[in-house]
Amino acid sequence: MGLLDKQFEKSNVMVTSLDSLLNWARLSSLWQMQFGLACCAIEMMAASASNFDMMRFGVIPRATPRQVDVMIVSGTVTLKMASRIKRLYDQMPEPRYVLSMGSCANCGGPYWEHGYHVLKGVDRVIPVDVYIPGCPPRPEALIEGLMKLQEKVRNESLAKKHA
Amino acid sequence: MTFQEISENLQKKFGDAVVLVKADAAVDPFIVVAAQSVCDIALHLREDAAMQFDYLMCLSGVDRKGTFEVVYHLASMTHKHKLVLKVSVPADRPEVPTVESVWKTANWHEREAYDLFGIIFTGHPDLRRILLPYDWEGYPLRKDYETPEFYNGMRVPY
Amino acid sequence: MIETHHSQPATSRGTTLRTEEMILNMGPQHPSTHGVLRLELVVDGEIVVDVIPHLGYLHRCFEKHAEQMSNYQQVVPYVDRMDYVSSMGNEFAYVVAAEKLLKIQVPERVDYIRVIMAELQRIASHQIAIGTYGIDIGAFTPFLFLFRDRERILDLFEEACGARLLYNYFWIGGLSHDLPPGWVEKAKAFCAYLKPNIVELNGLLTYNKIFIERTANVGVLPKDVAINYACSGPMLRASGVNWDLRRDDPYSVYDKIEWDVCVGRGEAGTVGDCWDRNIVRVHEMEQSLRIIEQALAMLPEGNVQAALPKRIMPVASEAYARTEAPRGELGFYIISDGTGSPYRIKARGPSFVNLSVITEISRGAMIADLVAILGSTDIVLGEVDR
Repeated sequence: MGLLDKQFEKSNVMVTSLDSLLNWARLSSLWQMQFGLACCAIEMMAASASNFDMMRFGVIPRATPRQVDVMIVSGTVTLKMASRIKRLYDQMPEPRYVLSMGSCANCGGPYWEHGYHVLKGVDRVIPVDVYIPGCPPRPEALIEGLMKLQEKVRNESLAKKHA
Repeated sequence: MTFQEISENLQKKFGDAVVLVKADAAVDPFIVVAAQSVCDIALHLREDAAMQFDYLMCLSGVDRKGTFEVVYHLASMTHKHKLVLKVSVPADRPEVPTVESVWKTANWHEREAYDLFGIIFTGHPDLRRILLPYDWEGYPLRKDYETPEFYNGMRVPY
Repeated sequence: MIETHHSQPATSRGTTLRTEEMILNMGPQHPSTHGVLRLELVVDGEIVVDVIPHLGYLHRCFEKHAEQMSNYQQVVPYVDRMDYVSSMGNEFAYVVAAEKLLKIQVPERVDYIRVIMAELQRIASHQIAIGTYGIDIGAFTPFLFLFRDRERILDLFEEACGARLLYNYFWIGGLSHDLPPGWVEKAKAFCAYLKPNIVELNGLLTYNKIFIERTANVGVLPKDVAINYACSGPMLRASGVNWDLRRDDPYSVYDKIEWDVCVGRGEAGTVGDCWDRNIVRVHEMEQSLRIIEQALAMLPEGNVQAALPKRIMPVASEAYARTEAPRGELGFYIISDGTGSPYRIKARGPSFVNLSVITEISRGAMIADLVAILGSTDIVLGEVDR
């Protein structure tokens, strides 16, 4: 990102590939769906608040799925909620990403054995890009997961989408 | 009022409807009453000036394997005393009259007991499932409940 | 939002606008439902005719898990995750109930540390409640200010037990760890730090003209309705009921400490409106600081674990104990069948009960007011659905 800083004061020419320009733009403004599920949502709130300030990564919460790039599944997904999550995911425009935050969203967490109403992992209904372990993950862990996602976006190509 | 005074008051007023007075329970003493008269007893407990149980703290369903219990935890804000009231019904016909008209808070508690235990509260204005989806089958807190393999195409066990 | 059947403006012909009811869904993904709650609104124009809450989007089967655990101690982490904004409060309620059932007396130091932790948690919980309430109303800055202070409390918790949000700190018969060296001084420093910030918060939000306009006289909950619906905590006290379990049904060492119960007085509007519910939380933060300072001064030396047998075997019995959690009366009803594991645990969550009154207090309100009403009830869905 330092490549482009302060390079536009006088007329200038810059050569880069379209891929890296687009990816740079996308990864620097990953808008997030303002939507919390459970305990992890509180840590997500803490991550967006003063001390951790996730907005410096360009992560801005938006209330509607139509405007977002990334959905942070922050907490336990229940069977009743699963269909709604799927619908929200379907409403997001491409390219879209999913961060699975916390053990519950990853695999059911502490509810894996007796949770008759808990979905054992959000990846059973929607594809997940980054899994963040923890119960709940610290805000630092969430930011680490976000940076992993940025890394993924950076390596994507218009011609060929990396899986 | 002490537990003994309350139980004597109830026995005098309702006679046989008071099934059991367990004053020597290990922790909380309780009174078991007949299911069909629970609403009258509840109203009496709330309205009687000496008792004034105006606050229903908690209403729980319990599966006792063969019978279901509904447990009412009452408190009085004026007199600061508490009471545990119980109703026991057979598992094959788990019907208890609602106390929603006495304490509005019972509405959701009873819906929850219906949702998780399948106890039917007769006279309840809106007896629907509250926590689980409306198309859920079975009552999960019953001791003989088995978790379904699938719900709406989603695998439930790990 | 108004559906009309006239092509011309109705006022020009001197008739009233004919409206018809429509159904609007709010949630489960909505920024001001504070989680995953769905409200089915029946609206007539902008006026709310009826509200039908649909819960259970976070039903995590707490009561089932509690029955499946092999001893009473193992339930504590699940209790943490019920009302995840005030884990210490939940643990407190659970251990008080379990110790009542198992007839355990804890050392005095444990009681004081529990009170300190519970009150710190109350402050942290109210900070989230007030901060997110500000966001609901449209004030973003107080949220940032409150979270700045809340992080200081989380640092204290982290130092004591190693976790930021879900602690597993209160164990049956004691605590998982004693306080680390220097903790008491840090807690005292925190109390001194927070006091001016509450004054700052009041200037920023509580007595802000816009905030008062949005919340005063909105969602008034009368006293008798509040009691009949068994509301508790700030919700009940805001309606003018002078009732606090810490004083009226004392547990732990609250009877040795002095503080005031905060009651709504209708300062900005009517008793029991949204503003009152908010101011009660603000005042409770101040009172919690008072409690913490006293408890820190009185903190005795000693052990933090009662001497217990390896495996606790209660007699077949049952106990209900209630405590004043940040949201109100949190009760646990525990039934033991004489084995080492609980037969049934029912959690009486204050959010669940407080939410049930929402239909009653939002009829006739505007849709925008509904957001204010819902925010002022301060529900946590993890506890509503359990």
